[in-house]
Amino acid sequence: METNDNNLISLQDLQVHYRIGGGIFSEAKTVKAVDGVTLDIRKGETLGLVGESGCGKSTLGKAILRLTEPTGGKAFYNGKDLAHLPKSAMREQRKDLQMIFQDPYASLNPRMTVGQIIGEPIRTFGLANGGIDARVQELMETVGLSRRFIKRYPHEFSGGQRQRIGIARALAVDPRFIVADEPISALDVSIQAQIMNLLERLQAEKDLTYLFISHDLRAVRHLSDRVAVMYLGKIVELAPGKDIYAEPLMPYTKALISAVPVPDPEIEATRERIILKGDVPSPINPPAGCRFHTRCAYAIDACRTTVPQLAEIKPQHFAACIRINADNPNIHANHEAGLGALQQK
Amino acid sequence: MNRLFYIGASIAAVVILMATFAPLIATHDVTVQDLANRFASPSADHWFGTDSLGRDVFSRVVYGARVSLQVSISVVAFSAVVGILIGSVAGFYGGWVDRFLSGYVFNVFLAFPGLLLAIALAAFIDERKVLAYVIGEGGADAILGLFSPGLFKMLLALCAIGWVGYARVMRGQVLKVREYDFVQAAKALGASNMRILFTHIMPNSIQPLIVQASLGMAGTVLSEASLSFLGLGIPPPAPSWGTMIEEARNYFANYPHTLFFPGAAIALTVLAFNFIGDGLREYLDPKQRTR
Repeated sequence: METNDNNLISLQDLQVHYRIGGGIFSEAKTVKAVDGVTLDIRKGETLGLVGESGCGKSTLGKAILRLTEPTGGKAFYNGKDLAHLPKSAMREQRKDLQMIFQDPYASLNPRMTVGQIIGEPIRTFGLANGGIDARVQELMETVGLSRRFIKRYPHEFSGGQRQRIGIARALAVDPRFIVADEPISALDVSIQAQIMNLLERLQAEKDLTYLFISHDLRAVRHLSDRVAVMYLGKIVELAPGKDIYAEPLMPYTKALISAVPVPDPEIEATRERIILKGDVPSPINPPAGCRFHTRCAYAIDACRTTVPQLAEIKPQHFAACIRINADNPNIHANHEAGLGALQQK
Repeated sequence: MNRLFYIGASIAAVVILMATFAPLIATHDVTVQDLANRFASPSADHWFGTDSLGRDVFSRVVYGARVSLQVSISVVAFSAVVGILIGSVAGFYGGWVDRFLSGYVFNVFLAFPGLLLAIALAAFIDERKVLAYVIGEGGADAILGLFSPGLFKMLLALCAIGWVGYARVMRGQVLKVREYDFVQAAKALGASNMRILFTHIMPNSIQPLIVQASLGMAGTVLSEASLSFLGLGIPPPAPSWGTMIEEARNYFANYPHTLFFPGAAIALTVLAFNFIGDGLREYLDPKQRTR
């Protein structure tokens, strides 16, 4: 993949493998939390990242920011490979790359005031021209918090307000790229909408690029320009948001989307849902070949041995499945027609 | 807070007041002997009677609180600081640092019987030589001048093993707290390792050490008394509770008051700090609250 001016972040075969166990009596095992992700994130877009719990979405986000050390591959930002930057150079880059966390109760230091929390990065990078407090209060207003709260502690706030504090803290360094790791899943539904609107407004005002990690497909549809579907450490489908919901190609994506309830009892009662068998296999011993073959209704023998590569099936719509290609994009039809493994173009 | 905590806190407050205002409370000079009046029973003049040399037991018990608290506060403070630093380093850096510290150093120290090591150290260490070796003769005399006789040696002997308990608890706490999101956030915001450790991890880790410290106070009061009883602590004629019991040992069958009052002082003080420790633990860890 060539470096493209439209791309802000460019991941090439990024890997995060952990070794666990390994002693006198047991062999060390490798957990492949992120196993070779190649992905571009374009300037100014919101890339939604969806998948089941434990598929490696959060780890991927943290690996880009080096909160978890990647064990292989490259992550380009501004022509620099973040995965291999020395620690001091990486600290300098952190000004541009920020994160919003899932749990607004765990992501704020309970012993610091709001002013100290939001002011910390400003102090670290010496960003305040004028007083730090003035800058902090400006940020608080940007995210919809009253500037009077500057001396309060996190426990005095509700979940939604705390999430706003977390967002203000991320904005304090004027970042260009933000990993939003399930930023709304710990909030009430009504608050979710507020936070999503806030994220959208900030994106427009500050020209931000988001990697929006979520298992809430409706939130992802609402916010994302493109959506990547992850399964057991690999990206299995990538497409513009509209396309992936209208015409999912991968059987896994179809199952994910069919799991979203439709807010209409008549449709809900009659529509057919795809229910996957079993749990996500353990990333310690992922299945050989296509990782989804253990739960896929269309799996054939070749799926057990061939690792499918992400291929452009339709314009801008990528999927990793050996049973579809650009000429035959419908896996169900291919299955009915008895087509086996297909040649990718 | 439960009732025992308040009882403990009240007793501890009395002991602390006694130690602070000892010159005002004591009725007699603690070193003046009155050989004509040995083993006097408690009376209006001598509330707790007199000992084998005719000294006033009440005044000696009051001044003994000073010795006890001096030793236990300084031992606990010093052990806690050392333990917190070493434990934080082990927990924060992990990897081979942790494997060496917690897997090897901590376990070696924990395997020693604590009081036995303290006795050995108190018996054989020449604290002046040790200090002179580290910071030179002049510095050694200056530092020892700050402590009353025997106190520094006791500190050394009791801290040698005392820090491990704090280090172990702190390591566990740091291991837990460093995985919290706000620590990750601080890292994402470019905070240095030192800043993450000192402003984010430590303040959120030390709570259980408060319990550890109040239980440590109780243990140290007892250790100080034990060492003094064996003649390895604060040298006479300074009134340590342990020394008083040792001096009363040969006569207590006939004159029980010489042993009873310092003994009771030790028992009550230890009990008080244990109550405080248990009360704090219950208060800080709501999961353990039974009522």
